[in-house]
Amino acid sequence: MTALTDLTIAEARAGLAAGDFTATELTEAHLAAMEARAGLNAYITPTAERALAMAKTSDARIHAGQAGTMEGIPIAMKDLFCTNGVRTTAGSTILGTFVPPYESTVSAKLWDAGAVLLGKANQDEFAMGSSNETSAFGNAVNPWTRAGDPDTTLVPGGSSGGSAAAVAGRIAMAATGTDTGGSIRQPASFCGIVGLKPTYGRCSRWGIVAFASSLDQAGPMARTVTDTAIMMGAMAGHDPQDSTSAPVAVPDFAAAVEQGVKGLKVGIPKEYRPEQGLSPEIDAIWAQGMAMLRDAGAETVDISLPHTKYALPTYYIIAPAEASSNLARYDGVRYGLRVLEEGDSLNDMYCKTRAAGFGAEVKRRILIGTYALSAGYYDAYYLKAQKVRTLIAQDFKAAFDGGVDVILTPTTPSAAFPIGAEIDDPVTMYLNDVFTVPTSLAGLPGLSVPVALTSEGLPQGLQLIGRPFDEETVLRAGRALEKAAGFTAKPRLLEG
Amino acid sequence: MSLDKETVHRIAFLARVAVPDDQLDPLSRELSGILHWIEQLGEVDTTSVEPMTSVAEMTLPWRDDVVTDGGYPERVTANAPESQDGFYLVPKVVE
Repeated sequence: MTALTDLTIAEARAGLAAGDFTATELTEAHLAAMEARAGLNAYITPTAERALAMAKTSDARIHAGQAGTMEGIPIAMKDLFCTNGVRTTAGSTILGTFVPPYESTVSAKLWDAGAVLLGKANQDEFAMGSSNETSAFGNAVNPWTRAGDPDTTLVPGGSSGGSAAAVAGRIAMAATGTDTGGSIRQPASFCGIVGLKPTYGRCSRWGIVAFASSLDQAGPMARTVTDTAIMMGAMAGHDPQDSTSAPVAVPDFAAAVEQGVKGLKVGIPKEYRPEQGLSPEIDAIWAQGMAMLRDAGAETVDISLPHTKYALPTYYIIAPAEASSNLARYDGVRYGLRVLEEGDSLNDMYCKTRAAGFGAEVKRRILIGTYALSAGYYDAYYLKAQKVRTLIAQDFKAAFDGGVDVILTPTTPSAAFPIGAEIDDPVTMYLNDVFTVPTSLAGLPGLSVPVALTSEGLPQGLQLIGRPFDEETVLRAGRALEKAAGFTAKPRLLEG
Repeated sequence: MSLDKETVHRIAFLARVAVPDDQLDPLSRELSGILHWIEQLGEVDTTSVEPMTSVAEMTLPWRDDVVTDGGYPERVTANAPESQDGFYLVPKVVE
């Protein structure tokens, strides 16, 4: 029999319904695995007691025939989602002791659907990073290592690095992530799992610690496309508490998954193959993905997204500008850290608190954002970036208006890299998100699906981008890739 | 555009982040590097392009201006470093 921690959500639901095992047993198996693999540092705050209590409730609901769509499924919750009565740090010292008195909408929806909270997942501080190394609680570790090189520890990607490590390491059946410029898709690719950033507005942002409000979006991370679709259904929906949450109906994502890709037009953007850039290996995996979709009945067509190369610099104005404004609230007055010495003024307190509470990358982005918004520079930086953002979104719109149903690209320009390899050079780190940021700026849904192992034996994902609120087509195409790729490799950590 | 030490010092105060003097030089180099990389946006012709303020093609909804929540100051101030009688305490401000 397959270990309980190896099951997919779909399999676990069937097993729970058939009475093959209980939700309590399923949760216990995961709690034991979490202890055995504590070295992954995937959780900032494990919540074993709460998990067992929630599992017990799930068993009662299953017994009473009242099971929700995620009933009894143990998941990790990124530590950016406020959880009532459970410490929520955002990966930062400044929120190191923060215990929210309320629940985020997305997490509340998941509990309503029956999901079980295993713990709060590690992440880059305030979701700012692509390697999980900016966490104030130590980096999470990728359960994958390079073939023949088990001693070099690799990053899980970021910012949802703990979520990805937990799902890949079989210490959560699925996890929530948030994605501002690639924070679900890039770690999903690095850890060999599936991750979906939905359309901006699909999920409520209420109760999620804000990074860049015009970009932030919550989404599911799981080991199969079907599991991702099931969890997406439980997270999505309009919320009057978030004025940017879209008042649109939530489709049956899971039902869309098996509809196939016959007749779909798949756009292949030429700008994602920069002359100076893409490694031949990633290029080859991308070509494999095109062939897989063609074999399944889709047609691939060349398209152009001419402003692609300007997406990253645009993002690194807009996201820090919004962050500098959002993070102004951490001032040592209402919650979190306070540094106050004898004789200090209010300004001294603000400055010392924020110097001690924020890490280096967060400070860098606050300062860049403050500069971009400051008098005399606003037009040159922020307004300019907003205009280029319009052009980037228009590129995508033109492609979809031209008849393309979905766009296929690599998720990342490389597979996972060793801890410490890129942390000293901010711009090199930013380049990790070169293929995911344009989608974020345009607010479109993006899905990463593991497709192949690189020559180093590491997972590599491909990204599918869809029209606004057309996650269904993205998931259908993702399922076609998943079926054709037959990606069954497991992290070496879990072997023998 | 390169940022000098004085500019970094000024931005840091605007952002209310204390930066020790010995970190001003390395920080101004780092920030200048990032800004220099960002300045490639200057190549893009944005004449008569509207700035994007929201990707969502929707108008912001209105709601009745009524109180829908509240009445529990002890929960609101539970995470405060210092509070008293439902108020946040801060150092004395004398201008």
